[in-house]
Amino acid sequence: MSILTGLLYAAGLYLMLHKGMVKMIIGIMMLGYASNLFLFIIAKLVRGIPALVSPSTYIMVGEYADPVPQALVLTAIVIGFGIQAFAIVLLRQVYRRTGTADMDQLNRTDKLD
Amino acid sequence: MQRYTGNVFVVIHLLASILLLHETIKHKMVVLNVGNWLHAYGIVLGVDLFSAGMILLSSFLAMLAWFYSATWLGGKSINSIFNTVFFTLLLGLTGSFMAADLFNLYVWFEVMLVSSFVLLTLGGKKLQLEGAIKYVAINVFASTIFLAGVGIIYGLTGTINMAMAGLVIESIGNHTLVNVAGAFFLVAFGIKAAIFPLFFWLPASYHTAPIGYSSLLMAMMTKVGVYTLIRFFTLIIPASNTPFKLIFMILAGFTMVVGVLGAAAQTDFRRILSFHIVSQIGYMLMGLAIGTPLAIAGAMFFILHNVLVKTNLFFVAGLIGKNTGTYNLQKLGGIFARLPVLALLFAISAFSLTGVPPLTGFWGKFILAKAGFLSSDWIIVTVSLVVSLFTLFSMTKIWNYVFWKPLPIGEKLPANNFADLFSKNKSMLVIIFLLSAVILLVSFVPNPLIEFTERAARFVVERDEYIGFIINRK
Repeated sequence: MSILTGLLYAAGLYLMLHKGMVKMIIGIMMLGYASNLFLFIIAKLVRGIPALVSPSTYIMVGEYADPVPQALVLTAIVIGFGIQAFAIVLLRQVYRRTGTADMDQLNRTDKLD
Repeated sequence: MQRYTGNVFVVIHLLASILLLHETIKHKMVVLNVGNWLHAYGIVLGVDLFSAGMILLSSFLAMLAWFYSATWLGGKSINSIFNTVFFTLLLGLTGSFMAADLFNLYVWFEVMLVSSFVLLTLGGKKLQLEGAIKYVAINVFASTIFLAGVGIIYGLTGTINMAMAGLVIESIGNHTLVNVAGAFFLVAFGIKAAIFPLFFWLPASYHTAPIGYSSLLMAMMTKVGVYTLIRFFTLIIPASNTPFKLIFMILAGFTMVVGVLGAAAQTDFRRILSFHIVSQIGYMLMGLAIGTPLAIAGAMFFILHNVLVKTNLFFVAGLIGKNTGTYNLQKLGGIFARLPVLALLFAISAFSLTGVPPLTGFWGKFILAKAGFLSSDWIIVTVSLVVSLFTLFSMTKIWNYVFWKPLPIGEKLPANNFADLFSKNKSMLVIIFLLSAVILLVSFVPNPLIEFTERAARFVVERDEYIGFIINRK
């Protein structure tokens, strides 16, 4: 899992530095997924021990699946989804208005008049 | 209908913020444990003096920006989405200042970001979209880094509550890991605050959107970055005895210098102002770098000063740009001869920005310089004072081109006389007058505010009380 996260980060960063807009968006998405996975595996991943408390003890003992990162990841996924949707629509609009998907062409806002 | 509801609610928000500030002054801090979960895991909202001040500032600015946009829209409701998004942005701002745990802060940041994306792209001009794609890409990247940072903090401390994390991190022997976490947050918040190597998105995008839509965004977004930087590097990883102090010092210096040099090269009204935002962020960072309560107080005062003054400059620029249709310095001119009142309003803010006594900028820079001298950080103080001179230079440039030089042939004035200008842009001018009056008020009666920022800064720097307030609440 850790290796997969690392790979996703690497691929995401590489794509983000690409001058094609579509590749950039895919890079952003991959980075988002990488961060979500990172958050997910930051607590120890365990199998079949849900964080359920028995009514008699009230306290979790021993190893258990940490519910906090799961809750965080769930929220982060939803937010990431919204952002990606916006980014894709923006990209489409930019392509429509400027007629190019090459980031190197989109430098007029940085130039001096 | 939406407009009227909006009118009511910006005022209500302002009143609520004043009430909140009043409560905070009385109790030092107001804490709400949402959902009554254990504070280490649940959502906690905590408002101390710094947060309350920032909330009041943003709601005041929101009110001005809202009424300013009334003229801009001209009674048309073509952009009814503007009304919604404006308030979502305000919601995000308020939430970010209140959040006392990192993940909650992340969520508020996203709320703010999405609304700022929409505000920047409203209208859908070609240049705007070009600017927006850079803005979106870099800010989404920052959010990713932020999220990873939250993960590291949780992995290190087992909590996402800022106060708890700050307590636990002290006992961690592995300083490298702590510094890595700090670096993640430095990059994430640094992008939002537009500090030195990470600021390029700001001058590329801010000037593209119509000022009527984006004034609240321009005023507050970078300040949220500065606020979170100060919060993080005093509460969770106090910067004073870490490598971050030196890093902040260097970044602050470069942010100031690069920002002001960038501004000197520009020939567009709004771009000059955008670069000045970057330069001014350097001063706030300088306060954080020095790190004494007095310096943090200086940074806070500087945030207040910058928000008021910079917004007023943008408002004036917007008024001129809307009525002439251009922001190009070459094409503008002759305003001083025909509209001296408008020129005066600009001059107040411009002088204040450069730090001419006794205007607000002077007090901000004075506190920062004094704090710097007291902790013998000579270099950064020297840099900041030299940068002031350059700021004066580029303000003179705007003054010379837009107000002083005769109108170029074939170009038009915003209006032929003041009465004409007033009748066409009532709410805009009233707002500019009001804001200028507030700037003058702060300039001539700075004492209560300086005392307030000193109290707030002490509370922020001596973090035990903050932690106590959060943790002792059941």
